[in-house]
Amino acid sequence: MTASTASAPAAKQRPGDRIFSGITLAAGSLILVVLAAVAVFLVAESLPALDAGPDDTKGADNFWTYVGPLVFGTLWAAALALVMALPVAIGIALFISHYAPRRVAQLLGYIIDLLAAVPSVVFGLWGIKVLAPSVQPFYTWLSENLGWFPLFAAPVSGTGRTILTVAVVLAVMILPIITALCREVFLQTPRLHEEAALALGATRWEMIRTAVLPFGRPGIISAAMLGLGRALGETMAVAMVLSPSVVISFVLLQSTNPTTIPANIALNFPEASGKFLSVLIATGLILFVISFAVNAVARIVINRRKAFSGAN
Amino acid sequence: MISKRYAGLLGLAVVGTLALSSCAANEAPAASGNSAGSASTLSGNLTGAGSSAQGSAQEAWIAAFQTANSGVTIAYDPTGSGAGRETFIAGGSDWAGSDSALSDEELAGTFASCAPDSKAIDLPTYISPIAVIFNVEGVDQLNLDAATIASIFKGDITRWNDKAIAALNDGVNLPDTAITAVHRSDDSGTTKNFTDYLNKVAPEVWDQPAADPFPYKTGEGAQGTSGVVDAVTNGTGTIGYADASKAGDLGIAKVKVGDEFVAFTPEAAAAVVEESPLVEGRGANDIAVALDRTTTDPSHYPLVLVSYSIVCETYADPAQAELVKSYIGYITSADGQSEAASSAGAAPLSADLASRVATALESVS
Amino acid sequence: MTAVAQQGSGITAGRLPRFSAAVLLIFSWLVMAGLFLILLAAGTMDEFSVVGTIFFGSVLYAVLIFAISSLVEGSRKAKDRLATALVTAAFTLALLPLISLVWTTVSSGIGRFDPQFFSFSMRNIVGEGGGALHAIVGTLIVTGLATLMSVPIGLFTALYLTEYGRGHLARAITFLIDVMTGIPSIVAGLFAYALFSLLFNDPGIRFGFGGAVALSVLMIPVVVRSSEEMLKLVPNELREASYALGVPKWLTIVKVVLPTSIAGIITGVMLSISRVIGETAPLLLIAGFATSMNYDPFRERMMTLPVFVYTQYSNPGTDVGAYLDRAWAGALTLIVIVMALNLVARLIAKFFAPKIAR
Repeated sequence: MTASTASAPAAKQRPGDRIFSGITLAAGSLILVVLAAVAVFLVAESLPALDAGPDDTKGADNFWTYVGPLVFGTLWAAALALVMALPVAIGIALFISHYAPRRVAQLLGYIIDLLAAVPSVVFGLWGIKVLAPSVQPFYTWLSENLGWFPLFAAPVSGTGRTILTVAVVLAVMILPIITALCREVFLQTPRLHEEAALALGATRWEMIRTAVLPFGRPGIISAAMLGLGRALGETMAVAMVLSPSVVISFVLLQSTNPTTIPANIALNFPEASGKFLSVLIATGLILFVISFAVNAVARIVINRRKAFSGAN
Repeated sequence: MISKRYAGLLGLAVVGTLALSSCAANEAPAASGNSAGSASTLSGNLTGAGSSAQGSAQEAWIAAFQTANSGVTIAYDPTGSGAGRETFIAGGSDWAGSDSALSDEELAGTFASCAPDSKAIDLPTYISPIAVIFNVEGVDQLNLDAATIASIFKGDITRWNDKAIAALNDGVNLPDTAITAVHRSDDSGTTKNFTDYLNKVAPEVWDQPAADPFPYKTGEGAQGTSGVVDAVTNGTGTIGYADASKAGDLGIAKVKVGDEFVAFTPEAAAAVVEESPLVEGRGANDIAVALDRTTTDPSHYPLVLVSYSIVCETYADPAQAELVKSYIGYITSADGQSEAASSAGAAPLSADLASRVATALESVS
Repeated sequence: MTAVAQQGSGITAGRLPRFSAAVLLIFSWLVMAGLFLILLAAGTMDEFSVVGTIFFGSVLYAVLIFAISSLVEGSRKAKDRLATALVTAAFTLALLPLISLVWTTVSSGIGRFDPQFFSFSMRNIVGEGGGALHAIVGTLIVTGLATLMSVPIGLFTALYLTEYGRGHLARAITFLIDVMTGIPSIVAGLFAYALFSLLFNDPGIRFGFGGAVALSVLMIPVVVRSSEEMLKLVPNELREASYALGVPKWLTIVKVVLPTSIAGIITGVMLSISRVIGETAPLLLIAGFATSMNYDPFRERMMTLPVFVYTQYSNPGTDVGAYLDRAWAGALTLIVIVMALNLVARLIAKFFAPKIAR
């Protein structure tokens, strides 16, 4: 062994090396195979859905009229959740990175991470048993006093199981991921920028507004996209809390709410058969495409920023 | 040194896993019971699939039957009536539970579990009254007729103090609150029977035919019977329909039959099934009931769900036939029906209907 | 306004005393509590709401501090104080659901968190009693299998990316792994279902191993990312020292790189387990639900803990309370398992971390 290396100092491929690097390459390629397999098998199983008729789609004319409201509901619920979660998440991230004492900052970070550790089925149970009943009176009040605002139009649901409640649960669930990413970006703000701002007499808030936030903007955007992606795919919380219908509707407090693709699959799959099964899998394929796109865009934004900050 | 510490951790994990992987305490092999007392000589596996409405009754039946016949293992898969019939037709199960009888097309085909050329028959084994449940502050009693129920669930009547409701409820102080009508969001035999009733009795209001999914896009949807009950219980000004057994402490509306308002009772539910005619053009042993929804006899409660056990007339395997006969026989016996009544709140079959089912079951081989 | 600001041009002038913010906050809460009590006495409200008091008290505080500070300290300082109030409020707001959720789960779940729950399955159980042993065992089997599949694939991929991979393929893999972390869990379940139902030509297929495959799809990217981060932390000097001694590259990886980063990798694996162990949707689709024990992941339906919680909630018998109690106990078990995994992972990271920076 030593003799061979001595005689050929130029890196010689040993069999061990070749095998080992072969294994790692195979493992890496397997990832690509798996992703491709996900797409291929979903497509294969959902092809029969394309010519599905009213009998197979619970009364919709064809597959596309069935999936339309579901896509709308998925995006609408996720967007509502994001609108609620983003400002709070930025606030938390700022609190941890710039307001809380250094010593406890990490601990506070763990506490927020704990939210991410709670399984979604537990969030669902909490949403339906605790949150929905306790927000219902507030919804009634909202509808009675602000009912002129189209989103809050009457009649208000008597149970609180509306899309607004779902969005609140989803917002809580995506808080940790957005917070974690924002926090990381805020902490990366060059110290010099911050100190320069403070030296010029800026208050802490002015320092954040002029140094931290502009620096972190691409990070915030991609964090929001990743949070959106998480909310799009969230299943159990929506399935357990929402009062679902296959409709397109923007109102927040009524009983008839648009349902989301994952929740619709989870609720119908155990009792589905025949062509309806293909229809459900096809909706899953559409969800896959949407979330793939959202995540890909988010990652591209992050990666571009990485290159930028590396140059700094 | 590090690896030693990990070994410790790993060991802990292994021990923990072993401790957990011991048999469940309630699943200890019943060898002693088998050799000692049980007179049963039955053994084998039986699989069924279908109606989820029968689910909790099947759970109770299986528990009782397996306890009495420890050599038998029965699995019932509550996949839904449609999937249950498909599985049975394709030969994936020994019997099917279904909220609707076999259709004529299905009967025209072949059944893979059955002997060649043998057909399947429908046996009514589970009757459950459907209750119209409500939760309105200050209202304990409510009288409704089919047309009003239809308008409420269709979304035409939106407030509790609506004239149509008030007209049926003299002297009841109806509040001025919004109605939240809760329906099943999943496909269900309960919805099919509920909408069938509304469509038969009040066709001018409820213009959609009976179907498993709820036909209108109004009101609030909830998953499963328990979801509906939960939503009605926790909401305000809510109304819904559910298997009567699950209604709990909720208010239950009386339904107008003929000229009177009738509260559901198991007897009234069983009575309407017994006196309804059979579906025409079926085999001698097929007991598919064409429910008489429009009955005007106030001793009847027509808002009722009948669920069938679908079995072969002749099984390909005689041993399976023996198992099916004894299990379905148990279900339809007085014991089985009272078990379902206490654990699932079903309405027991009337004695007459039970004996007709027993006779039909005798012919199975 | 400007006049006031100019008036306080001295260094200490125009500043609120140090504890004024805290005092003001408590004052606002008290005012709101008083207001609510008056409303309660007047009969306008039914019950005293603690959350409402704190919420509206905090809103009042934000308004007051902004007003007072802009009068005394000027508008810039006032904005700063408002921002501080809002940012702190955001953090507290996030704690509310966490506290409420943990409190509900513990208080509702502790009742059935008893020995029977961990020694019984649901076979032949109607109504009260019974337990989740079959679900716990199922979860361990399914998650264990998923870990067995994900860790080698994930670790070797991470090695490829850090030690070997260059060029387009490595970049494509890195990108796709990032995207894969965002695959909705239900899509992973659908994939496993589509795969096995086509392979075995059985449209009703349900078995434990399928669940493990679905979980692997979710778990692999997490393992790759965390292992990659850890492998990158290994200083190049160590590798170069090893090469200089004539050790082949693969032995260097096995004997030097992996042992150095093993603590971090194990932490990452445990965190990824804690991520997938609570997954419900994919297991609902492909592992199904059952009431009896099943030790064979390749045959028949296999119950898992999250699905147990869901089915106990969604398909109760007549005695709803007993089923709901079991659901909460299952939820509590799940949270305990996940928290324990998190805690152990962090402890390992802390105590076994290589002392690189001496």
